[in-house]
Amino acid sequence: MRSDRQHRAPLGLKIAAAAGLLFLHLPILLIFVYAFTTEDKSYQWPPPGYTMKWLGITWQRPDVWESLGLSVRVAAISTAIAVVLGTLCAAAVSRWKFFGRETISLLVILPIALPGIITGIALRSAFNLADIPFSTWTIVLGHATFCIVVVYNNAVARFRRTSASLIEASMDLGADGFQTFRYIVLPNLATALLAGGMLAFALSFDEVIVTTFTAGQQATLPIWMLEELVRPRQRPVTNVVAMVVVLVTFLPILAAYYLTRDGDQIGGHGK
Amino acid sequence: MTARTAVIGAGRAGIAGRLSDIFWRNPRIMLALLLAPPLLWLGVIYLGSLFALLIQSFFSIDEFSGLINHEPTLKTYRELLVPANLDIIIRTVSMAAMVTVGAAIVAFPIAYYAARYATGRWKALFYLGIMLPLWSSYLVKVYAWKLILAKEGIFNWLIGKLHLTWLLEAYLQMPLIGGNSLSVSYTGTFLVFLYVWLPFMILPVQAALERVPGTLIEASYDLGASPRQTLRNVILPLALPGIIAGSIFTFSLTLGDYIIPQIIGSSRLFIGQAVYAHQGTAGNIPLAAAFTVVPVVIMGFYLWTAKRMGAFDAL
Amino acid sequence: MTIAVSFTAVSRHFGSVKAVDRVDLEIGEGEFFAMLGPSGSGKTTCLRLIAGFEQPTAGHIEIFGETVEGVPPYRRNVNTVFQDYALFPHLTIVDNVAYGLMVRGIAKAERYRMAEEALALVELPGFGNRRPSQLSGGQRQRVALARALVNKPKVLLLDEPLGALDLKLREQMQEEIKSLQKALGITFVFVTHDQGEALSMADRIAVFNQGRIMQVGSPEEIYRQPSSRFVADFVGASNVLPPDFTGAGRWASLRPEAIRFTKSGGRPARVVSHSFLGGQTRVALDAGGQRLHMLLPSADSRPDDGSDVQIAWSDGDLHLMDDGK
Repeated sequence: MRSDRQHRAPLGLKIAAAAGLLFLHLPILLIFVYAFTTEDKSYQWPPPGYTMKWLGITWQRPDVWESLGLSVRVAAISTAIAVVLGTLCAAAVSRWKFFGRETISLLVILPIALPGIITGIALRSAFNLADIPFSTWTIVLGHATFCIVVVYNNAVARFRRTSASLIEASMDLGADGFQTFRYIVLPNLATALLAGGMLAFALSFDEVIVTTFTAGQQATLPIWMLEELVRPRQRPVTNVVAMVVVLVTFLPILAAYYLTRDGDQIGGHGK
Repeated sequence: MTARTAVIGAGRAGIAGRLSDIFWRNPRIMLALLLAPPLLWLGVIYLGSLFALLIQSFFSIDEFSGLINHEPTLKTYRELLVPANLDIIIRTVSMAAMVTVGAAIVAFPIAYYAARYATGRWKALFYLGIMLPLWSSYLVKVYAWKLILAKEGIFNWLIGKLHLTWLLEAYLQMPLIGGNSLSVSYTGTFLVFLYVWLPFMILPVQAALERVPGTLIEASYDLGASPRQTLRNVILPLALPGIIAGSIFTFSLTLGDYIIPQIIGSSRLFIGQAVYAHQGTAGNIPLAAAFTVVPVVIMGFYLWTAKRMGAFDAL
Repeated sequence: MTIAVSFTAVSRHFGSVKAVDRVDLEIGEGEFFAMLGPSGSGKTTCLRLIAGFEQPTAGHIEIFGETVEGVPPYRRNVNTVFQDYALFPHLTIVDNVAYGLMVRGIAKAERYRMAEEALALVELPGFGNRRPSQLSGGQRQRVALARALVNKPKVLLLDEPLGALDLKLREQMQEEIKSLQKALGITFVFVTHDQGEALSMADRIAVFNQGRIMQVGSPEEIYRQPSSRFVADFVGASNVLPPDFTGAGRWASLRPEAIRFTKSGGRPARVVSHSFLGGQTRVALDAGGQRLHMLLPSADSRPDDGSDVQIAWSDGDLHLMDDGK
């Protein structure tokens, strides 16, 4: 049997793969259509007409801006913490062999491997036990915990790809540990950290399950959306917000992909 | 700069230089400094919280006063076994199992195509085509399905256009999987779970398939196996670790989710919802904590089995 | 002669593996010293001990009379040319070459001038603004050399620096490195597994096996008077002959070009096969069950395969070895 048959996919496989991809993408595209519908009382399909006016109305909603502001703030701080902690962890695991090294990888992955509700309720009851009032910082604490893993994964992949002899060469040429970090390690790590940071930002910006337990009275954008999902009050505004959320999370992911595409993969399966 | 005559003693003086020497001579100090912040965060704050939660599951709640009794007891765990709670657990686990099987079936052709046939630009497109839905907002995805499955939404519209309303109605008549409409049926819940977790299945399966050398498949054809036999006897066994790795995600994520069944589905509770309800309005933290132990135990058992089947190499 | 590098009973163990096992060694100032051996023989570990990347498990190392145990690599005025060159991919060529000067705080104009000088020395003038990825393997090799030499090291370490180059380029670089060393007068320590390279470049050679030095000597000595079967086997294509063949009670080595055909009074042998090597032809012989190789100028006439001949050599060419097992 000639082997060229394997270079062309069987029709059935093609159809199944295409259908699967459509299944993944059509619902998201639908969001874009609904953002422009004139219908504001129901989810009617096809939309009776199209309008741009909900963009303007959403623009003027202070509660949306407030939630967006909180989400961006939380995501930025959590990302900063995650970048520092994730990089430290990755450096330790990549450069040294030590007892318990495997356990550290496991510990980093645990917050996204365990269902979010467990992380959420555990943190909430810990806050209660320690008498810590809910605030932006309690949200950040939860988010940073599960963001560490994406930075860690990206950094570990880059460390693995960076030849150990580069560090030796730097020391050989007279650079001490700090100089080697400043002039060699950091520049080589930069794009991986940027990619990891962007993914961490996207992960935090979108998180809802842990946040419901750690947020108190404040509403991040996902919390705002969740309230709308449970009790729809302003469908058109929700539609527009959903579209904005899709766009805001897509951009960092595309950027992260281009930053890391030659070599390491986007690390970590999110959520 | 003149050439130095001494062989040693080059390099920086000062504090940075001296510190650097100390770290170089004692790599363990450096390692400890690197590990301390993340270990404090994850090991103390995070694991500490988890542990505190576990301890609370051994407390109980006083039925009359509603106050938490701090005597260690297994009473709360016994409460898990009352029929109503057992129902919740069985319902959630069956749903997780169904979602996992469904995701494996839908994911396989995509992963197989991406791993074996897509090259160059198509490969990148496939990769992004899986990564973007994976990373796009969980809530937006759930919201999209609320739009799709609404009575006046696109799904019913399509069924109407195709004159298949009778079929949908017949389907909804069926016990268990049916309901008043798709958006309040287990089928609806299943579809949304499947949709939301599907990329988590595709990626590891694809990774496993990428590692199957093309020559193996050619060898199978060369030895006279039909495509169907090759799929069954060569490709599927080699993809199995990937499927198991993916199932860890789909299974675990379904077990712990409380938002999807709340928005799309019947009013019967899943584990996540039960946890949420008990810790919230009911204030029964011990029972909520005991409920969270269920998915952890199930996943622990699942991971242990998966590890023995070599699934972690595909992560 | 000033001693540049000295090892006294130096060992380096990795767990139960004795990578370097009680090595004694002295390398003179201005010497071109080769460490030759198969992979895993400890030669690279010895190089890394001199550079400071490894610390000895036991023993004592001095560089120009100064004890270096516990001295980090960045405080040793010793530089390395790495096997994979280890050029910094994010820096331009001139920044790569000037790196050692930069971390020592030399002003930009000055260090660029010195870097350009070093690039001129390795015949890459004007390449400064390129990136490592834009250079060929041979050019990267030269940059790695310039980057090390610009620091005016007291000892230059070269870890299989020619391994990644193709044959022709390798031969050219061998000559260049050799003449560079003569011109600069710096002590070079060169690690290789290629005996031809070691023989053609080095002033002295240490042959390594299983973490130990089997023999140290000039290329001539190593080639003509191997002290052990291992050295005879590893260096050159000598015939290694067992005691019962030589009748001397010890193993011996016999270089293939020392064997000649004779009309009478020689040892009877049969021609098994021949291989054309260009200027010379190698003839495989069977002398009473002992396989022998000899080298003939290709222009000479040679007996057909399968024919019976007699062979001889002068007594001085039969070199008896120490390990008389």
